[in-house]
Amino acid sequence: METTRREFLRNTGTLLLLTSSAALAWEAVAAGTPELVPNYRLDQHWWGMAIDIEKCIGCGNCVRACKTENNVPLEPLYFRTWVERYRVLAADLEHPEVDSPNGGFDGFPPHPASPGSKNFFVPKLCNHCAHSPCVQVCPVGATFESPDGVVLVDKTYCLGCRYCVQACPYGCRFIDPRTETVDKCSLCYHRITKGLATACCETCPTGARKLADLKEPKDPIHEFLRTHKVQVLKPQMATGSKMYYNGLDGSVR
Amino acid sequence: MHIPGVEGFMYPNEVELQWSILIVLYPFITGLVAGAFILASLERVFNVEAVRPTYRLALLTALAFLLVAPLPLQLHLGRPERSLEMFLTPHTTSAMAMFGFVYLWYLTAVLVLEIWLDYRRDIVLLARRSRGLMQHVYRAMALWSDNISDRALALDDKIGRFITIVGIPSAFLLHGYVGFIFGSVKANPWWSTPLMPVVFLFSAIVSGVALVMLVYMLTCRVRNAPIDMRCLDTIARYLLYAFIIDFGLEMLDLIHRIYEAGESFKSLDFMVHTRLYLPHIVIQILCGTLVPILLLAVVQLGRLEAPVRKRLYAIAGALTLIGIFAMRWNVVIGGQLFSKSFLGYTTYKLEFATREGLLPAIILMILPFGILWVLIRLLPPWEYRESA
Amino acid sequence: MRQFLKDGEHLVRMALLFGLGLLFFVALRAFFVPKGFGELGHFRAAAIADNAARPLMYAGREPCEVCHADVAESRQGSRHAAIACEACHGALAQHADDPARLKPTRPDARKLCVQCHRSEAAKPEKFPQVIPDQHAGTEPCTACHHPHHPEIK
Repeated sequence: METTRREFLRNTGTLLLLTSSAALAWEAVAAGTPELVPNYRLDQHWWGMAIDIEKCIGCGNCVRACKTENNVPLEPLYFRTWVERYRVLAADLEHPEVDSPNGGFDGFPPHPASPGSKNFFVPKLCNHCAHSPCVQVCPVGATFESPDGVVLVDKTYCLGCRYCVQACPYGCRFIDPRTETVDKCSLCYHRITKGLATACCETCPTGARKLADLKEPKDPIHEFLRTHKVQVLKPQMATGSKMYYNGLDGSVR
Repeated sequence: MHIPGVEGFMYPNEVELQWSILIVLYPFITGLVAGAFILASLERVFNVEAVRPTYRLALLTALAFLLVAPLPLQLHLGRPERSLEMFLTPHTTSAMAMFGFVYLWYLTAVLVLEIWLDYRRDIVLLARRSRGLMQHVYRAMALWSDNISDRALALDDKIGRFITIVGIPSAFLLHGYVGFIFGSVKANPWWSTPLMPVVFLFSAIVSGVALVMLVYMLTCRVRNAPIDMRCLDTIARYLLYAFIIDFGLEMLDLIHRIYEAGESFKSLDFMVHTRLYLPHIVIQILCGTLVPILLLAVVQLGRLEAPVRKRLYAIAGALTLIGIFAMRWNVVIGGQLFSKSFLGYTTYKLEFATREGLLPAIILMILPFGILWVLIRLLPPWEYRESA
Repeated sequence: MRQFLKDGEHLVRMALLFGLGLLFFVALRAFFVPKGFGELGHFRAAAIADNAARPLMYAGREPCEVCHADVAESRQGSRHAAIACEACHGALAQHADDPARLKPTRPDARKLCVQCHRSEAAKPEKFPQVIPDQHAGTEPCTACHHPHHPEIK
């Protein structure tokens, strides 16, 4: 009697171990290995973006295009990119009034006029940091910086621990409720590797957002950086952000 | 467009909290483990002989809670079936990944080994005495060895002492690491401070010592055995010392923040005075720290009768546990209630019967006591040093 | 040594148990770490290709101009020339692939135009913006402005 009970315990233990390991193995198999686009060399690109606050009109095209292109959940509040509207009373940089109704997805309901204030829009997205704190804290290597400078997520590997969401100073990450894994702006990696612009840059009517390849000598970003006073968001965090903002006011958070 | 529960402006992705009550439970539980172990090592390494009656109980308590510690994490993960990845491909820059190994190390090389070495003689005796399934269980626990000669036991004792010595920094590492997981997040000014691992560690010691004290009192009551007052008084004294250091550290952090009044100060200050007022000021500081310290100090300074002291210890111990839980709550939940834009706040919606709700949290807190009960039945911590 | 083995044989057994555990861990690792992990950094190298393998929803301007060269021409020199077709007409990669499969609907002028051109304090001052009711009453924008060449001649 005792022998069969011991055997039963042993078998159950083995079964439990095997089923959990099998689940892990299946993930690896199901992922497959799609090939990267031919003629695209990872070491020939270093991606960033030039964002011109002085041109942004808050139309929300970028927010809608991104959700369409990247299959982002439509219900609030999941955004790979969003637009914020600032109203700053001239002398009071420390207390801006900021709103972002549904991330700017449906545009912005007009503000009543307010004398003595400055108002502007700030598009936000993943900063694709060169020294990314989110990559630093990922326990398994499910988020990483590609050799061409894009911070990407490996959806088949992410555990959904949410540490990276906590570590991002810009609030650009979220958990996709459909897969319970992390999602964020991928700089439309599937587009830029084919020579296309990101969905947000493509649909921006005023050229406020422009994709930039810092390794491409002919890219207009170099002239842009030379001729404009640019800033990155939260420079004190030393994240190595590659989203360069022209016209970024001191009140922007 | 007003989002329910949100005041002011938050980055859109920030509104929903990422880490729930389960992530509050986790540092609470690992803290209890570290604290219980430190209490046990007081006797083993620092020869505080007075607390000997709680030595084995503290170790079993530590083990019961350590076994439960990964469960809230598993429940919280979006994809728990992938959790093995943390051991297979740990990212060495991630405190969370490295913690997995610290946990494994502590569980196996420290706690289980120490318990095994201390109990081994009794396990072998129990193996000889029992019949049927239990005999197999005890034999397996003894690794099918029957060797309890005097020399073997002397060897056990020497190695056991070495392990306890190694175990103390390991216990520090166990909970210090958890503090580092929060303290190293530069994006969050409520968390980001070098003091975080130290504050976590000392509050862990406080909570673990209080837990063992309460468990000791409870098990004596249940067994109708007399409480060793010398033991209890000594534990309470060490609890007070640890509390004073812990409170000192927390005050240092607070004063430093108020003095420097950095970028995030106004936003955090507002949060503490409004949304976090009850859990932080009332529960954590007042009821959970100042009152227990007062009660314990009164016992030290006064000359009270044993029954009165017992009652005060029980109240102080219970308040301590509640207070340290509140501290974990205030760190984890509090750190997510404000926006990283410092312009707004959100609300934590604690549900009841969902995967990360109150019910699983309650079950997870009760579970270690169930395991402890089994461990006590299996390896009685009271009848030690009996003859063969 | 022999005395140690006699007194400490239980320790040897425990050490063996640890050794077994370590071996098991190593075996697990060899079996389960995904192929290509660590090649380019601490991640699964194929994840880069995974990210590059999404389907396109927006085609970009060039495919549009293949079939709609007349529209492209009429837009040259207009103030809307720099705007991508899909900025107003929506994601049309599927249409570019197979025009019969997805027929784009004409955007509602009144809704679309005001999104950009309704007057709002936060818009750059130099950007053309109006208060729609004051500017056009109930007339649709297209009554006076053709979207592809909106200048009033």
